[in-house]
Amino acid sequence: MLLSIKNLHASINGKEILKGVNLEVNKGEVHAIMGPNGTGKSTLASVIAGRDVFDVTEGSVLYKGKNLLALPVEARASEGIFLGFQYPVEIPGVSMTNFMRTAVNEQRKYKGLDPLPAGEFLRLMEEKKKMVEITAKLANRSVNEGFSGGEKKKNEIFQMAMLEPTLSILDETDSGLDIDALRIVANGVNKLRSPENATVVITHYQRLLDYIVPDFVHVLFEGKIVKSGGKELALELEEKGYEWIKDAVI
Amino acid sequence: MRSDTTDFPLKNTLINNFVEHGKDIFTNNKESIIDIRKQAYTKFIEQGLPTQKLEAWRNTDLTAVYNEEYDHYYTQSNVIKDIDSVFQCNIPHLNTTMIALLNGWYVYKDVPLKTMADGTIIGSLAEAMKVYPEIFDKYYAKYATSKDDGFIALNTAMAQDGFFIYVPDNVQVKKPIQIVNVIDYDKNIFLQTRNLIVLGKNAELTLVHCDDSYNHQKCLCNTVSEIVQDENSYLDHYKMQNVNNNSTLINSSYFYMKNNARLTTNGMSLNGGILRNNNHITIDGEGCETNVYGLYLMDKKQHIDNQVFIDHAKPNSLSNELFKGIMDDTASGVFNGHVLVRRDAQKTNAFQRNKNILLTDKAKVNSKPFLEIYADDVKCSHGATVGQLDTEAMFYIRSRGISEDSARMLLMYAFCDEIIQKITVEPLKHRLEDMVKKRLRGELSVCAQCVLHCSHPEKEYNFEIDLSKI
Ligand SMILES: Nc1ncnc2c1ncn2[C@@H]1O[C@H](COP(=O)(O)OP(=O)(O)OP(=O)(O)O)[C@@H](O)[C@H]1O
Ligand SMILES: [Mg+2]
Repeated sequence: MLLSIKNLHASINGKEILKGVNLEVNKGEVHAIMGPNGTGKSTLASVIAGRDVFDVTEGSVLYKGKNLLALPVEARASEGIFLGFQYPVEIPGVSMTNFMRTAVNEQRKYKGLDPLPAGEFLRLMEEKKKMVEITAKLANRSVNEGFSGGEKKKNEIFQMAMLEPTLSILDETDSGLDIDALRIVANGVNKLRSPENATVVITHYQRLLDYIVPDFVHVLFEGKIVKSGGKELALELEEKGYEWIKDAVI
Repeated sequence: MRSDTTDFPLKNTLINNFVEHGKDIFTNNKESIIDIRKQAYTKFIEQGLPTQKLEAWRNTDLTAVYNEEYDHYYTQSNVIKDIDSVFQCNIPHLNTTMIALLNGWYVYKDVPLKTMADGTIIGSLAEAMKVYPEIFDKYYAKYATSKDDGFIALNTAMAQDGFFIYVPDNVQVKKPIQIVNVIDYDKNIFLQTRNLIVLGKNAELTLVHCDDSYNHQKCLCNTVSEIVQDENSYLDHYKMQNVNNNSTLINSSYFYMKNNARLTTNGMSLNGGILRNNNHITIDGEGCETNVYGLYLMDKKQHIDNQVFIDHAKPNSLSNELFKGIMDDTASGVFNGHVLVRRDAQKTNAFQRNKNILLTDKAKVNSKPFLEIYADDVKCSHGATVGQLDTEAMFYIRSRGISEDSARMLLMYAFCDEIIQKITVEPLKHRLEDMVKKRLRGELSVCAQCVLHCSHPEKEYNFEIDLSKI
């Protein structure tokens, strides 16, 4: 078992957002999480990644059998967790290259490896840039600064490719992408898939799941996973909308 | 009503010194300069040393500084020591014409004042007063006349030396001129230096001005610079401040600009006990462009006070101010930006921004951008922010595996980078990049050395300056 979430409750400023989430993810699997706006999908992703504005009030998260909640954000990343942000943050003054070099080398340090020599690092950048069809110019700019919505999302996948995570959580990486960009992003994700890692995609659209075919689809509703199924569940949701879930739950 | 300002013994010492050392102070001065000094002296008696009672000094308290005892001296001979052993410039590839002041006095190997091949005159202010009286009659104490600050009057009355630069019409000075103002004295010292820089029509100059101290003695340094820019001249000006934690620098620069003159002045305050920078810019011409930048990195109990006054007196000019600061520990800061757009100054563009990051809840900044506009067809904006490091950005960076410390460093450096990138002298920019990183890591503060030294100079940076250049 790669990730095991049990009865997870999380709140912000005393307001409970997650109200008992249960989720299990194994290596090699792709999970999709769907659900109406504001039900806590991004919150769940943030709590897994370690965002400290959320208080975990109950429940447990085990990752590779370890208590994930005890680890600081950066250690979780070095342990292989990657969060593709719904709203990637702009960081003026920090170049993409410097950002990625620092990230790669700090993760290597965590694993007891020497820093990647500059030449090798640049080769790696080139290779991964090609994979997500990022132009050279983008890589020389400040992190996400002035990037278009689609460019920001591509940039998340680029970072994922650079860091080669074990568990990737992609929060609405498809939203705002044109058809070509969606294909590029999905291809990127698929190329990075292996029996050793797992992917959780959060999405509103069945369309993405045509490209990244999930093994499981979950519906998060009012802070809980209320329904799980195979990929056909996404089709059913597309057809019937969330009203159908509400009716079923209540 | 200002009687309390006269209570400092320092004021009385200075008043007595003026009388006692008048002969030294007036050495080689023409009658007209002596008159200016005497008038300023009278004004200083009236004004005294500024205290927090004055609006412009409300957030900077110099009481403790005034209550120290200082050495004052009015002749040069007893203080000059082996300058070769005192400083070196170790910025790689920074090819400048270097001049130096040691404890306020111009240092030279052969002549105190020289004319370069392009006609530019560089040297000691005291010497220039003697040799070029017509220039002094025209410019000296014509701009630094501020009515509300005793430091200006005091400097005019008593400052004897400093540097003098005169760039004739149509001369574009190729190499930057670098001024190193070294403070190295084994007791507490009170210093006054006076500088005059004149750029003729179409003249161009890059000026790098460094204030450095070499020991931990207390010093109070009152510097006044007058910088005159004739039509279509261009000045690229840098002020580097990196003095010990016992130093108080009062640095007043008066810029005066005529038609189509362009000025960029960039102040980097890396270290110092109390740093006060008065930038006073009079735009008395059309089509002028002024950029005023500042970066300050303060920690411990350090205090920085940046005052910028921009006087738009004529139409069609642009001024752009950007000051950024990071405050750690219990450091405190002040930013007072005042842009005056006079009735005639139509089509003025004036922008003013001050941004601060506070790293602790004990650090503080008092920021007051202020626009005073009497013209109706203008574009002006101002803004000030005081905040912490962006927590969303912190999370984003850390979520990539970067430690909290490194994430903070990245963000702090990125914050400073906006100002550093304005430096057009490449070697200086690279050096500043390096120094700001060191400063942010806390490495520079421990040595309290100069801009040009650091506690652990990297080998490749160790270039001795060629003193034959001085
Ligand atoms: N920083 C915050 N402060 C206060 N409330 C927050 C904060 N972050 C999230 N919330 C609240 O938590 C709830 C869940 O938000 P979340 O972003 O997890 O929803 P979501 O399922 O990802 O929605 P969407 O589909 O719109 O992305 C919302 O009501 C939101 O307003
Ligand atoms: Mg969301």
